[in-house]
Amino acid sequence: MAKSSIKIRAKERQGVVTVKCLISHPMETGMRKNKKTGKLIPAHFIQNVVARHNDKDVLDAQWGGGVSKNPYLAFKFSGGSKGDTITIAWTDNKGQGDSKSAKIK
Amino acid sequence: MNTDMKRRVFLKGSLAASTVGIAVSAGLLAPQTVLAAWPEKSFHAKSPKDALDGVFGSGQTEASNKIKIKAPDIAENGAVVPVTVKSDIPDVESIAILASANDSPLIALFNLGQNAMADVSARIKMGKTGDVIAVVKAGGKLYANRKGVKVTIGGCGG
Repeated sequence: MAKSSIKIRAKERQGVVTVKCLISHPMETGMRKNKKTGKLIPAHFIQNVVARHNDKDVLDAQWGGGVSKNPYLAFKFSGGSKGDTITIAWTDNKGQGDSKSAKIK
Repeated sequence: MNTDMKRRVFLKGSLAASTVGIAVSAGLLAPQTVLAAWPEKSFHAKSPKDALDGVFGSGQTEASNKIKIKAPDIAENGAVVPVTVKSDIPDVESIAILASANDSPLIALFNLGQNAMADVSARIKMGKTGDVIAVVKAGGKLYANRKGVKVTIGGCGG
Protein backbone atom coordinates (compact mmCIF):
# COMPACT_ATOMS: atom_id res chain seq x y z
CA MET A 1 0.00 0.00 0.00
CA ALA A 2 1.12 3.41 -0.84
CA LYS A 3 1.67 5.72 2.05
CA SER A 4 -1.52 7.42 3.14
CA SER A 5 -1.95 11.08 2.26
CA ILE A 6 -3.59 11.78 5.59
CA LYS A 7 -2.18 12.18 9.07
CA ILE A 8 -4.62 12.32 11.96
CA ARG A 9 -4.22 13.16 15.64
CA ALA A 10 -7.32 12.94 17.79
CA LYS A 11 -7.27 13.62 21.52
CA GLU A 12 -10.06 13.53 24.08
CA ARG A 13 -9.97 15.82 27.08
CA GLN A 14 -12.91 16.48 29.42
CA GLY A 15 -15.43 15.23 26.90
CA VAL A 16 -14.12 17.32 24.05
CA VAL A 17 -12.26 15.71 21.20
CA THR A 18 -9.75 17.77 19.27
CA VAL A 19 -8.91 16.42 15.85
CA LYS A 20 -5.97 17.71 13.88
CA CYS A 21 -5.10 16.44 10.47
CA LEU A 22 -2.71 17.07 7.65
CA ILE A 23 -3.36 16.02 4.08
CA SER A 24 -0.65 16.01 1.45
CA HIS A 25 -2.04 17.54 -1.70
CA PRO A 26 -0.72 20.11 -4.24
CA MET A 27 -3.85 22.34 -4.03
CA GLU A 28 -3.31 24.05 -7.41
CA THR A 29 -5.79 26.87 -7.95
CA GLY A 30 -5.60 26.74 -11.73
CA MET A 31 -4.60 30.39 -11.80
CA ARG A 32 -0.87 29.89 -11.35
CA LYS A 33 1.48 29.89 -14.33
CA ASN A 34 4.39 27.61 -15.00
CA LYS A 35 7.32 30.03 -15.03
CA LYS A 36 9.21 28.25 -17.81
CA THR A 37 6.43 27.60 -20.29
CA GLY A 38 4.06 30.40 -19.34
CA LYS A 39 1.20 27.93 -19.39
CA LEU A 40 -1.39 27.73 -16.65
CA ILE A 41 -0.97 24.87 -14.24
CA PRO A 42 -4.29 23.00 -14.27
CA ALA A 43 -6.44 23.24 -11.17
CA HIS A 44 -6.06 20.36 -8.78
CA PHE A 45 -7.46 20.86 -5.32
CA ILE A 46 -9.50 19.12 -2.66
CA GLN A 47 -13.18 19.97 -2.89
CA ASN A 48 -14.66 17.91 -0.14
CA VAL A 49 -13.48 16.64 3.23
CA VAL A 50 -15.69 14.56 5.47
CA ALA A 51 -14.92 13.69 9.06
CA ARG A 52 -16.75 10.84 10.73
CA HIS A 53 -16.85 9.87 14.40
CA ASN A 54 -17.66 6.16 14.47
CA ASP A 55 -20.37 6.21 11.78
CA LYS A 56 -21.68 9.71 12.34
CA ASP A 57 -20.67 12.72 10.26
CA VAL A 58 -19.09 15.40 12.42
CA LEU A 59 -17.82 17.81 9.83
CA ASP A 60 -18.35 18.22 6.11
CA ALA A 61 -16.01 20.76 4.58
CA GLN A 62 -16.10 22.17 1.09
CA TRP A 63 -12.91 23.76 -0.07
CA GLY A 64 -11.81 25.94 -2.94
CA GLY A 65 -8.34 26.55 -4.33
CA GLY A 66 -7.75 29.12 -1.59
CA VAL A 67 -6.78 26.50 0.94
CA SER A 68 -3.01 26.18 1.29
CA LYS A 69 -0.92 23.39 -0.19
CA ASN A 70 -0.80 20.32 2.05
CA PRO A 71 -3.88 21.45 3.95
CA TYR A 72 -4.16 21.47 7.70
CA LEU A 73 -7.53 21.06 9.35
CA ALA A 74 -8.39 21.14 13.02
CA PHE A 75 -11.78 20.96 14.68
CA LYS A 76 -13.42 20.02 17.96
CA PHE A 77 -16.48 18.06 18.87
CA SER A 78 -18.16 16.77 21.99
CA GLY A 79 -19.45 13.32 22.84
CA GLY A 80 -16.43 11.32 21.79
CA SER A 81 -14.42 9.04 24.02
CA LYS A 82 -11.02 7.40 23.97
CA GLY A 83 -10.79 4.46 21.59
CA ASP A 84 -13.51 5.74 19.24
CA THR A 85 -12.73 5.84 15.55
CA ILE A 86 -12.25 9.02 13.55
CA THR A 87 -12.30 8.76 9.79
CA ILE A 88 -11.23 11.51 7.45
CA ALA A 89 -11.98 11.24 3.74
CA TRP A 90 -11.23 13.71 0.95
CA THR A 91 -12.08 14.03 -2.71
CA ASP A 92 -10.51 16.43 -5.19
CA ASN A 93 -11.69 18.00 -8.43
CA LYS A 94 -10.16 15.16 -10.45
CA GLY A 95 -12.25 12.61 -8.59
CA GLN A 96 -9.29 11.25 -6.68
CA GLY A 97 -9.56 10.70 -2.99
CA ASP A 98 -8.27 8.99 0.09
CA SER A 99 -9.49 8.15 3.54
CA LYS A 100 -7.91 7.14 6.80
CA SER A 101 -9.10 6.16 10.24
CA ALA A 102 -7.51 6.73 13.60
CA LYS A 103 -8.41 6.05 17.22
CA ILE A 104 -9.08 8.84 19.68
CA LYS A 105 -6.38 8.98 22.34
CA MET B 1 -6.60 -30.67 -19.77
CA ASN B 2 -3.65 -28.51 -19.11
CA THR B 3 -5.07 -25.52 -20.96
CA ASP B 4 -8.39 -26.01 -19.22
CA MET B 5 -6.67 -25.78 -15.83
CA LYS B 6 -4.95 -22.61 -16.87
CA ARG B 7 -8.23 -21.19 -18.01
CA ARG B 8 -9.73 -21.92 -14.61
CA VAL B 9 -6.88 -20.25 -12.82
CA PHE B 10 -7.17 -17.28 -15.15
CA LEU B 11 -10.92 -17.01 -14.52
CA LYS B 12 -10.41 -17.18 -10.77
CA GLY B 13 -7.80 -14.47 -10.95
CA SER B 14 -9.89 -12.13 -13.05
CA LEU B 15 -12.92 -12.73 -10.85
CA ALA B 16 -10.95 -11.75 -7.77
CA ALA B 17 -9.60 -8.68 -9.53
CA SER B 18 -13.06 -7.57 -10.62
CA THR B 19 -14.47 -7.82 -7.10
CA VAL B 20 -11.65 -5.62 -5.89
CA GLY B 21 -12.45 -3.24 -8.74
CA ILE B 22 -16.09 -3.08 -7.71
CA ALA B 23 -15.14 -2.43 -4.10
CA VAL B 24 -12.82 0.38 -5.12
CA SER B 25 -15.34 2.03 -7.41
CA ALA B 26 -18.04 1.73 -4.74
CA GLY B 27 -15.71 3.43 -2.29
CA LEU B 28 -15.07 6.23 -4.74
CA LEU B 29 -18.71 6.66 -5.64
CA ALA B 30 -19.78 7.67 -2.16
CA PRO B 31 -17.78 10.90 -1.99
CA GLN B 32 -18.60 11.69 -5.62
CA THR B 33 -22.29 11.89 -4.87
CA VAL B 34 -21.40 14.40 -2.19
CA LEU B 35 -19.34 16.29 -4.74
CA ALA B 36 -22.43 17.17 -6.70
CA ALA B 37 -23.25 19.59 -3.91
CA TRP B 38 -19.95 21.45 -4.29
CA PRO B 39 -21.03 25.06 -4.88
CA GLU B 40 -18.85 25.76 -7.91
CA LYS B 41 -20.42 29.13 -8.61
CA SER B 42 -19.69 30.41 -5.13
CA PHE B 43 -16.09 29.28 -5.27
CA HIS B 44 -15.67 31.17 -8.54
CA ALA B 45 -17.57 34.26 -7.36
CA LYS B 46 -15.52 37.44 -7.51
CA SER B 47 -16.92 39.21 -4.45
CA PRO B 48 -17.52 37.96 -0.91
CA LYS B 49 -21.17 38.98 -1.16
CA ASP B 50 -21.79 36.93 -4.33
CA ALA B 51 -20.03 33.95 -2.80
CA LEU B 52 -22.16 34.10 0.35
CA ASP B 53 -25.27 34.55 -1.72
CA GLY B 54 -24.56 31.29 -3.50
CA VAL B 55 -23.72 29.33 -0.38
CA PHE B 56 -26.27 30.59 2.11
CA GLY B 57 -28.84 32.09 -0.24
CA SER B 58 -28.19 35.51 1.20
CA GLY B 59 -25.31 37.94 1.28
CA GLN B 60 -26.76 39.84 4.22
CA THR B 61 -24.71 39.37 7.34
CA GLU B 62 -24.88 40.86 10.80
CA ALA B 63 -21.58 41.96 12.31
CA SER B 64 -20.87 40.05 15.49
CA ASN B 65 -17.93 40.13 17.84
CA LYS B 66 -18.97 36.73 19.18
CA ILE B 67 -16.96 35.32 16.31
CA LYS B 68 -13.29 35.16 17.11
CA ILE B 69 -10.81 35.04 14.27
CA LYS B 70 -7.28 34.08 15.07
CA ALA B 71 -4.96 35.04 12.25
CA PRO B 72 -1.59 36.80 12.13
CA ASP B 73 -1.55 40.62 11.85
CA ILE B 74 1.24 40.34 9.34
CA ALA B 75 1.63 37.23 7.21
CA GLU B 76 5.11 36.89 5.85
CA ASN B 77 4.04 34.23 3.40
CA GLY B 78 0.62 34.66 1.83
CA ALA B 79 0.63 31.06 0.66
CA VAL B 80 0.23 29.79 4.19
CA VAL B 81 -1.85 31.90 6.57
CA PRO B 82 -3.08 29.98 9.61
CA VAL B 83 -6.63 30.92 10.52
CA THR B 84 -8.77 29.75 13.43
CA VAL B 85 -12.43 30.64 13.72
CA LYS B 86 -14.28 30.24 17.00
CA SER B 87 -17.74 31.35 17.95
CA ASP B 88 -19.83 31.60 21.11
CA ILE B 89 -23.06 31.80 19.14
CA PRO B 90 -25.31 28.80 19.94
CA ASP B 91 -26.51 26.31 17.29
CA VAL B 92 -23.90 27.03 14.67
CA GLU B 93 -24.70 25.16 11.46
CA SER B 94 -21.86 26.20 9.23
CA ILE B 95 -18.78 28.39 9.07
CA ALA B 96 -17.40 29.99 5.94
CA ILE B 97 -13.92 31.46 5.63
CA LEU B 98 -13.26 34.13 3.01
CA ALA B 99 -10.37 36.37 2.07
CA SER B 100 -11.70 39.69 0.78
CA ALA B 101 -8.78 40.53 -1.50
CA ASN B 102 -8.49 37.16 -3.26
CA ASP B 103 -9.68 36.72 -6.84
CA SER B 104 -12.06 34.06 -5.56
CA PRO B 105 -12.83 35.17 -2.00
CA LEU B 106 -14.57 32.01 -0.78
CA ILE B 107 -11.96 29.66 0.60
CA ALA B 108 -13.68 27.08 2.69
CA LEU B 109 -17.06 26.15 3.98
CA PHE B 110 -17.46 23.91 7.00
CA ASN B 111 -20.80 22.27 7.66
CA LEU B 112 -20.88 21.23 11.27
CA GLY B 113 -22.52 18.03 12.42
CA GLN B 114 -24.58 17.78 15.58
CA ASN B 115 -21.72 17.39 18.01
CA ALA B 116 -19.18 19.55 16.27
CA MET B 117 -18.16 22.72 18.04
CA ALA B 118 -17.75 26.08 16.36
CA ASP B 119 -13.99 25.92 16.38
CA VAL B 120 -12.17 25.17 13.14
CA SER B 121 -8.64 25.86 11.95
CA ALA B 122 -7.15 25.78 8.49
CA ARG B 123 -4.33 27.30 6.53
CA ILE B 124 -5.33 29.56 3.67
CA LYS B 125 -3.76 31.41 0.76
CA MET B 126 -4.00 35.18 0.53
CA GLY B 127 -3.10 36.97 -2.68
CA LYS B 128 -2.58 40.33 -1.06
CA THR B 129 -3.30 42.35 2.05
CA GLY B 130 -6.95 42.17 2.95
CA ASP B 131 -9.50 40.99 5.44
CA VAL B 132 -10.13 37.46 6.57
CA ILE B 133 -13.89 37.21 6.86
CA ALA B 134 -15.58 34.54 8.92
CA VAL B 135 -19.27 34.01 8.37
CA VAL B 136 -21.23 31.87 10.79
CA LYS B 137 -24.69 30.55 10.10
CA ALA B 138 -26.67 29.93 13.27
CA GLY B 139 -30.39 29.57 13.69
CA GLY B 140 -31.01 30.62 10.09
CA LYS B 141 -29.15 33.90 10.50
CA LEU B 142 -25.77 34.95 9.21
CA TYR B 143 -23.16 36.58 11.41
CA ALA B 144 -19.83 37.88 10.23
CA ASN B 145 -16.61 39.22 11.60
CA ARG B 146 -13.41 40.25 9.91
CA LYS B 147 -9.76 40.70 10.68
CA GLY B 148 -7.17 42.52 8.63
CA VAL B 149 -4.10 40.60 7.61
CA LYS B 150 -1.13 42.30 6.01
CA VAL B 151 0.54 40.11 3.44
CA THR B 152 4.14 40.81 2.52
CA ILE B 153 4.55 38.08 -0.13
CA GLY B 154 1.43 37.12 -2.08
CA GLY B 155 0.38 33.50 -2.16
CA CYS B 156 -1.52 33.33 -5.41
CA GLY B 157 1.12 34.49 -7.89
CA GLY B 158 3.64 32.21 -9.59
